[in-house]
Formats: sequence, C-alpha cells, structure tokens
Amino acid sequence: MSNEIKKSEPLLSKKRKQLVSNPMDTDNPITIQVLGICSALAVTIALEGTVIMALAVLFVLVLANVIISALRNTIPNRIRIIVQLVVVASLVAIVDQVLRAFAYEQSKALSVFVGLIITNCIVMGRLEAFALGNKVWDSFLDGVGNSIGYGWIIIAIAFFRELFGAGKLFGIEVLGDWYVNNGFFATPAAACIILGIIIWILRARSGYIED
Amino acid sequence: MENLLNIFVKSIFIDNMIFAYFLGMCSYLAVSKKYKTAAGLGAAVIFVLGITVPLNWLAYNFLLKEGALTWISNEFASIDLEVLKFIVFIAVVAAFVQLTEMVIEKFSPSLYNSLGIFLPLIAVNCSILGAALFLPTRGYDLTEATVFALGSGIGWFLAVVSLAAIREKMAYSDVPKPLRGLGITFIVVGLMAFGFMSFQGFKLPF
Repeated sequence: MSNEIKKSEPLLSKKRKQLVSNPMDTDNPITIQVLGICSALAVTIALEGTVIMALAVLFVLVLANVIISALRNTIPNRIRIIVQLVVVASLVAIVDQVLRAFAYEQSKALSVFVGLIITNCIVMGRLEAFALGNKVWDSFLDGVGNSIGYGWIIIAIAFFRELFGAGKLFGIEVLGDWYVNNGFFATPAAACIILGIIIWILRARSGYIED
Repeated sequence: MENLLNIFVKSIFIDNMIFAYFLGMCSYLAVSKKYKTAAGLGAAVIFVLGITVPLNWLAYNFLLKEGALTWISNEFASIDLEVLKFIVFIAVVAAFVQLTEMVIEKFSPSLYNSLGIFLPLIAVNCSILGAALFLPTRGYDLTEATVFALGSGIGWFLAVVSLAAIREKMAYSDVPKPLRGLGITFIVVGLMAFGFMSFQGFKLPF
C-alpha cells in the first residue's frame, strides 16, 4: 500500500481530503445520493441506538471498502455482487455478535436492522461505485467520509425524534415535567417528514436543485 | 385458513413493508418516478419474495436453527449455526436472483425486457432480506411464511404504485425549488405512512 502512495500523491492531499469532506455535505449519501434510507428512518427513534447504528455502519463500510478494494483485481466481474455480499455479510455477522455480547438490550432494540446493513445501499453503492475502481487508501477515506455523512444525518433525525417524542436525550430527561410527549415524533412517519425537511434545508443552502 | 387470511391481510396493510418498517426504501424512491417502472419492480418483488422466503425458511429450519440438523443425525442436536444466518440468507437471495435473471433471459426475452433490468436491483432490496430476517422471530410454519411473503410483496407493490401515481401528478404542482424531487417525496411518504397507520386498529372479524 505504501508504495502506491509514494508514487502518486501525499497521504492527505487536497483531493483525498475531499474524499472525506464531500460526502458530509455536497455529496451526502442520504440527502444527495439517496442511499441507505431504510435504516435512516427505522432506527432513529432514540439517540443511543442510532449512535450504535452509525458506528456499526462505519465499521462495516470502511472495512468492506478496504477489503473489496484490495481484491478488486481478482474479482471476476460477473460474480462481483455475490462476492461483495459475502464480504459485507461476514462483517455484519461480526458486528451482530459483538453487539449481542456487549450491548444486548440495544441489539434487541435494533432487531433486524443490524442485519439489514448488508443490504444498506450505502455499502453496496460505495463498493460498486468506488472501491471496485480505486486504491485501498482512497477507498478507506471514501468509506470514512460516507459513513460519517450517513451518521450525522441519522443522528440529527434521532435528536429531534427523541427530544420531541419523549422529551429525552440519550434516555435522560431534558425537557422536564411540563412537556407532554408528542407521540407523532415516535412514529416512523415523522422520520420521513423530518428527513424531508432536513433535505429541504440542506438543498436550500447548497443550491442543489433536482428537476 | 382464517389464520392464513389474517397473516395475509396483516402483512399487506398493517405491517406494510414500506410504511411500517421502511424496508426497500432505496429502490422504492428510485423507481417511483414513473408508474410503469414502479409496477414492473413491484411485480418482481412479489415474485422474488414469494420464492426466497420459503427457501430461507427451509434453510433456517433445516440448517441454521439450534438442533435443526437432527434430521441428519442425533449427534448434531446441540449445534447452533444461527451466526451464519446473514451469509446464508443473502447467498440464497443473491443466487436465486442471478439464476432467475439467467433463466428469464434465456426463455422469455420479452419478459426479460420488462422485468429483467429490475432483478439485479432486487438482490439488494432490503425488503427481501428483511422478510427473511423476520422469520426466526415470528415462528411461522412453511405455509404461513409463504403467505406472509406474498402479502408483504403485495403490500410493497401497492405502496410503490401509489407513490408513483402521486409523483406523476405532482409534476403539475409548484413545489418550492430546493424541496423538489427527494424532499417532497419524503414528506409525501410520511403522509402516506400516516394513512396506513389507521389500519393499525383494524381486526378481521374472526
């Protein structure tokens, strides 16, 4: 790996920094690329589970990107999807076992959505669009950038849902007794609407318009 | 029979894949721009769900579950392969999708043209894997699992077709510029999910 980098460019050149920074803002996986929506909506009812989910995606996406990128010249094109799925599924199995061992309550609350990281389109999308055609270190940075871009959006949604839905943050009462919990925010439908509004704000700022 | 009907209705309306679990959202949003493509992918989802869920049920009950291997020999009674369920389920789905694609391409080019392009998309549609992952927690038998799969597929079809119809009409409305496309679609989906929530109190008379 180090040889490749010496030949080309410094470890954190401007282009490489953009690999990390673009997905957080102008090329965000959720709001611009429209990937990984399912989990963004389903797990965001409380902050704690959402943070765990974001970390799980970070782990899976970065490692899958690195592994697929390292194998990219040996994977036959026709069966690449199955190869990618097997790599991702093995990583997810590791995450699931770790969660069961150390955070059993959260693992039960997240239920099938940990397993569904396998079909989280962010993972497959980045593997297809980036890791298959780029070097290991670049793919690593791309994985970090995209999973953080994904993470901050779902954490933002969870923040509003938990704050207004239960008056809590990370399970700690913050709004006090006067606040009557708004059941609307606890429903999945609210996640859709909050995400729609977040997209609205981000796009109004960046000037990106879909026709 | 009533039990099956109950599971069927429940999986279409009350536990709708899209509006209750948000499974398969990525392709749901991507193909719902046009009514025709939406119906095509919806049909493909019903088909793939209806076959892979029973296959995964067999894999789970005769291979993965604790004590599932006793049909080979009693010595295997204590073996629990549930750790492998992600890999096995996704391998079944991906292999089946690839197989179907090849078969359809070979024997029915016209069907391939209308359905074929959606098949690769389906391997990574969360609703397929999601339905398989619900199996261990729900304890269905084989018929129940099949009915559940078909119901979920029809529910998904219904959801995608109705969103596509709304989006086609929405072309005539004056949506604020930054909200156009994805933003307004999310808000519409949220409102539709509200509509579907009203089914929650719904019970069959038996």
